[in-house]
Amino acid sequence: MSVIPLNSLTTGNTAIIKGFTDNAHLQSRMVEMGVLPGVKVRMIKKTPFHGPLEIKIRSYHLSLRWEDAGQILVS
Amino acid sequence: MGNPNSGKTAIFNLLTGMNLKVSNYPGITVEMRRGTARISEEHRVDIMDLPGTYSLTPESMDERIVAQHVLHWMHGQDKPQAIISVVDAGNLSRNLYLTSQLLDLDIPIIIALNMMDRVRRRKQNINPETLQKLFGVMAVIPMSAREKWGIVQLKEAIIDLNIKTKVSLGMKLQIPDAINDKLLLIVEFFQKKCGYSKDLALGQSLRAISRKSAVDIYQEQNIISGEEIIELHKLRDKAASVMDELGMNHKILEATIRYDMLDRALVKKNIIIQEEVQSVSRSEKADQVLTHPWLGPVIFITLLYVIFQSIFTFASMPMNWIDGGVSIIGNYFIQIIPPGILRNLLIEGVIAGVGAILIFLPQILILMFFLTILEDSGYMARIAFLMDRIMNKIGLHGKSVLPLMSGYACAIPGIMATRTIDNWKERLITILVLPLMSCSARLPVYTLMIGAFIPNKQVMGIFNLQGITMVVMYFLGTVTAMGIAAIISRFIKEKKQSRSSFIMELPPYRIPMVQSVIRQLFIRGKLFVINAGKIIMAISIILWFLASFPQFETNGDPITIHKSYAGRIGHAIEPLIQPLGFDWKIGVGLITSFAAREVVVSTLATLYNVEDGGDNIIGITEALKKDINPDTGSSRYTPLVALSIMVFYVYAAQCMATFAIVKNETNSWKWPIYMIIYMTSLAYLGSLTVYQGGLLLGYT
Repeated sequence: MSVIPLNSLTTGNTAIIKGFTDNAHLQSRMVEMGVLPGVKVRMIKKTPFHGPLEIKIRSYHLSLRWEDAGQILVS
Repeated sequence: MGNPNSGKTAIFNLLTGMNLKVSNYPGITVEMRRGTARISEEHRVDIMDLPGTYSLTPESMDERIVAQHVLHWMHGQDKPQAIISVVDAGNLSRNLYLTSQLLDLDIPIIIALNMMDRVRRRKQNINPETLQKLFGVMAVIPMSAREKWGIVQLKEAIIDLNIKTKVSLGMKLQIPDAINDKLLLIVEFFQKKCGYSKDLALGQSLRAISRKSAVDIYQEQNIISGEEIIELHKLRDKAASVMDELGMNHKILEATIRYDMLDRALVKKNIIIQEEVQSVSRSEKADQVLTHPWLGPVIFITLLYVIFQSIFTFASMPMNWIDGGVSIIGNYFIQIIPPGILRNLLIEGVIAGVGAILIFLPQILILMFFLTILEDSGYMARIAFLMDRIMNKIGLHGKSVLPLMSGYACAIPGIMATRTIDNWKERLITILVLPLMSCSARLPVYTLMIGAFIPNKQVMGIFNLQGITMVVMYFLGTVTAMGIAAIISRFIKEKKQSRSSFIMELPPYRIPMVQSVIRQLFIRGKLFVINAGKIIMAISIILWFLASFPQFETNGDPITIHKSYAGRIGHAIEPLIQPLGFDWKIGVGLITSFAAREVVVSTLATLYNVEDGGDNIIGITEALKKDINPDTGSSRYTPLVALSIMVFYVYAAQCMATFAIVKNETNSWKWPIYMIIYMTSLAYLGSLTVYQGGLLLGYT
């Protein structure tokens, strides 16, 4: 699978984090919580109108804004 | 110390029982929790509960507090004897990230491995000895604050601190060669200029490269000299740019290296089976309904209606009890104290005033009960999740939901709760509109007006008119808050700071612990009664004075209220408030509300009691209903007037304590003053519209 932004991941699917976009400004916060290249994530829920989405990572649930999830690259 | 949602505070509570003191960090109104724990017959220790954090790099205000403390410890100031690192056993790697950072500090650490009950329910186990050897800590105590086991062992571990010897770390950070030499320069700096140990210097260097704020904090706290700061910045920037040139992301340096070490070590020692993202937890299944795109909001709104209707229904019986009790006490004093100023002061000032407030305690407790359950169960996080989209549109943050909802209980803790919002603009706007969320102090006003003047009728079959009016008042405040937030967010320029992020953990659903709910209720109830009580007592006495004096010597007949000091002030502002349907007595009430909103109820109690001159305490409701407007000859208080009063209270800038807090949180007088101006205008306009509009439409 090619590299796509996290917010394009279909609900229910699992992927592995590859990295962040160049201008990602939230990386610092996210990596401290363990959102790092090499880690698996599963897309649990998306909300309408590009609202926040919920992912499962490292055995916990994280909610992110749609734009912020766009800064995470997965495949 | 520990992650948010790790159960840290529950453990702190179990250790300290009721021996705790909650105060504020100077200048920034962040909660400082200190307590004393009795760990054995002879031993007592002081414990400090720091705000929850994911790492030692300062992000939000909370985390900055922790980082400041730690920085001082690194320089030998106020070093604690030990740190209890609370770790959520179901979330090991993320929780142990912080612990691994704490290891550098050369302070003995005890890992409280909390929430083991959930791990065992998943048929897993964690070997504490293996973990202990790996991290080189004093002890690893598996426990469950929820099920209340492990506390004894934790206390024993604290006692044993003096006798145990330190074990060294069983795992190692691996630094990529490419940046090693650049890194070493910074490590040397820290060793030489700050006196750090090799490990601490290494940890700090990694952090400095990854986050600029980690360097800024040295400057803020005045830990090293100006020149040294400049030198540190230079070294740091150089290392960062070298990494960038090599195509490495310097921002994730520390996290990458630490998690790499943690993940490898934890798997190698079989401490955890590889964490599974595939498994579907029970909470996830519950969320399929609770955060469903349209079912979720529907459930939420229904819940809100249930809460507000409950307040009315379940509070009436206790209220009658309190009412009765107060009358009995009042009448008792009438028997035993001879007539005179003292007796008048006691009955008409103190007892009448305080009694009128105690009566509303049941409703406030019910509201706080629901709020606490929502928070402790984890549902609050889902509310924030559902609401983020909307909040964002009006310039607020999904995390604004919790502070705003706390505003339904009291604006002051709500305003303090905004500290978790990283972005300054969103936080400020939340603070500015928070007082519009009808706080519990307004409840007495609403209840009094609704109970006395809104008919108890059924509307459309299932809805009660009184309940609906109440909901409308809350709705009015809430909707206006959102509107004002949207407007203000156009006007405030975005300060040059990192854009806010909505990154939030959705903790697993839990059944709230009954004991902690009750404890919360007790604390909050006590706070309300004491804080409100103190002010009300003072105000009641002052008011009684204003209303009883000057006493002209006319054979002991009490002066009519019109000529007293209170009356004079009320009469003076009457022309201003007449278009709102208010009279001078309400005018006096408006002024005293500036101390605390609910004081208007006791003000009216005092004014009517005193005016009546009688010996019995008259229920306020009765007194209001009987009040005749001398000009029109009919009742002074009509449903329309009641509505006008309520609307005024929805918006008015009252309660001085709120503005004091805002001044603290925003560090300027500008914002509280703006708030007073905009809220007073809103209140006047709102009441005006309701009253005049109502008259026009033919209501009286």
